[in-house]
Amino acid sequence: MRVLCAMSGGVDSTVAALLMRQAGHEVVGVTMVLAPERDPEEEAQAGGCCSLADAQDARRSARAIGVPHYALDMRAPFARHVIADFEREYLAGRTPNPCVACNRGVKFDALLEKADELGCELLVTGHYARLAPAPEGGLALYAAADPDKDQSYVLYPLRREVLDRLAFPLGGMRKAEVRALAREAGLPVWDKPDSVELCFVGRDYRDYLARTRPEARRPGDVVDTAGRRVGRHAGVAFYTVGQRRGLGVPPGPDGGPRYVVDIDPEANTVVVGGREEAMRDRLRVEEMNWLAPPPRPGEEVAVRVRAHGPLSRARVLPPEGDGTLDLALAEPLFAPAPGQAAVLYRGERVLGGGRLARLGGTVAAARA
Amino acid sequence: MQPVYLDHAATTPLDGRVLEAMLPYLRERFGNPSSPHAVGREAAAAVDRARDQVAAWVGGRAREVLFTSGGTEADNLALRGVLGALVPAGRDVLVISAVEHEAVRETARSLARTGVTVREAPVDEQGRVDLAALETLVDERTALVSVLRVQNETGVVQDVAAVAAIAHRAGALCHTDAVAAAPAERPDAAAWGVDLLSLSGHKVYGPKGVGALWVREGVPLSPVLTGGGQERGRRPGTHDVAGIVGLGAAAALALAEGAAWAEHMRLLKERLWCRVAAAGDAVRTGEGVATSAHTLHVRFPGAPSDSVLIALDAEGVAASAGSACSAGAVGPSRILRAMGVSDEEARCGLRLTLGKDTTVEDVDRAGEALVRAVEGVRRRRRVREAMA
Repeated sequence: MRVLCAMSGGVDSTVAALLMRQAGHEVVGVTMVLAPERDPEEEAQAGGCCSLADAQDARRSARAIGVPHYALDMRAPFARHVIADFEREYLAGRTPNPCVACNRGVKFDALLEKADELGCELLVTGHYARLAPAPEGGLALYAAADPDKDQSYVLYPLRREVLDRLAFPLGGMRKAEVRALAREAGLPVWDKPDSVELCFVGRDYRDYLARTRPEARRPGDVVDTAGRRVGRHAGVAFYTVGQRRGLGVPPGPDGGPRYVVDIDPEANTVVVGGREEAMRDRLRVEEMNWLAPPPRPGEEVAVRVRAHGPLSRARVLPPEGDGTLDLALAEPLFAPAPGQAAVLYRGERVLGGGRLARLGGTVAAARA
Repeated sequence: MQPVYLDHAATTPLDGRVLEAMLPYLRERFGNPSSPHAVGREAAAAVDRARDQVAAWVGGRAREVLFTSGGTEADNLALRGVLGALVPAGRDVLVISAVEHEAVRETARSLARTGVTVREAPVDEQGRVDLAALETLVDERTALVSVLRVQNETGVVQDVAAVAAIAHRAGALCHTDAVAAAPAERPDAAAWGVDLLSLSGHKVYGPKGVGALWVREGVPLSPVLTGGGQERGRRPGTHDVAGIVGLGAAAALALAEGAAWAEHMRLLKERLWCRVAAAGDAVRTGEGVATSAHTLHVRFPGAPSDSVLIALDAEGVAASAGSACSAGAVGPSRILRAMGVSDEEARCGLRLTLGKDTTVEDVDRAGEALVRAVEGVRRRRRVREAMA
């Protein structure tokens, strides 16, 4: 079978491609060029283009496993979906997840289009997640065997009808096994560190926003949960719910640290409070994408609101908003940030997910 | 089956005669041309001979030829060198076209950051520089007008003689990047009336890593590199003797045989066009205007060139879109966009470039493979759209 393997230049996608080749498939390796091309002089001063470095790593890896490799230009959809969403969300006082935005708007759609054009039956990536038959028919998405590496969280935006066009060969493996396989096969990337930064952003998203969206610099008040002014902020885009550092406000009445517990973009305020005031016992999830029959009100599910965060037990509430999902948490959760992905699980299976909405004022501390 | 190579604009194979000329200078004749002894003199004689060969090709004098590391360096030296010399004299404007090679375009951008005013002349729908617009951009502050002779992606030929006349009327100098022209046409600095002209070795069956800048006697030029005074101080650094010998040999071959190469390639290019036009809806870039004998640029709407090139590669046909980013990804062509082609169609351009040794069989096989690739991509896209 001819398959399209997305190769990022890292060890995971390289081993995924290697496994497909060893299984006898005809592999076409591709690397997506996503980050906008900067001015070459600026690029050189910054130490070179990361897209370029990754594409070169991917090319070396593809050569090492004996498959053809091509770079694909996806800068336009990436800028349109991911970068625009990233900036818009921060400006609105939310905390975006660009990996989710990329999986939703760019990566899988664009690569499946290329797979179709090239006559490739499957699209293969190095994600740690599993695909297996669903009890009700079709395929379902499951968490990876390696809980430390599980990436099912960022895959929730996949459309259900494309699952049978995908393969995640690493879903049943542990990272250490993947590295060992890469080393055994003599792959130059076997010890390349896992990528951590956002290529287009650099080290600090705040510097990036200040540079690209000058309107983000819109100072306002930092207030406590009673509405008293306790300081000034540089612009709501520079803060994240749950943030503790760099707030420049005195400790609370109890002497404990202050956290961002809410961001109100309309009032242009950042609300701070103690740890208890950042706890939430309800979640509202918007833009749900279902990968399973939706659970009915009253049903119990597990929910994850951070990429490698814990699973929390929650009960589905009767729907209130349009297309939104409301959940009651069994235990209050610290600072779920509006804009972040909330992904529902039943056991290992991903039921679906969406974006956390802002639930103004529902401070669990009030209940305590 | 032997692969078919239709990407001669990327690089050409080294001619066997060029290689033979170079080999002694990679082996026993290792001298430094600047050394004042017999071993050095032997190398200096070889460099001088190559200088004569390049000068004869461009219709200039030997002392006007500067050897560089390639076309990019020649372009850098031309732009930075002339602006460096003339900005203090009050000429601080550089005029280029909208379809220059990156070596000129990015150098102009870099100069703009140092205070040089860069103006860009638009092109028409066929990719020709708008001479009337150009004329309005050139004034008494203009130091240099730089317009390439042949656009490296589309093969469209520019009227460089007219550009030079416009520049000279305003008292400005004229540079042309002739790198993409030289494989199919004599880079005739004398006939074009330009003041500086860039060349590259590996595009004309010579070695990579060597090029030349021809600079008319008397043209002011500040060096970009500083060092030991080679090339009369204009381009210091120990000569790459073997490379320079290779460039000289390639220039001599091109001068002697270039007209025949061009005739051969133009016939094959028309044959190739007939073959690929079978794919339907093929648009030939530069239709009705002069294009270089070795370049066929076509657009196949509905068949993005990255997918077509991958399919061609699998069939053993090497071609190009001519517009890859630094990471090698094929995006919408900036050259086609400058010609007013839509973003969508600017992703569907293919550059097929022939060489002097390309055969009828090569062209026929590539043509068939290309039609299959284009129709395959289009068919699969239609199926995809029907399913959506």
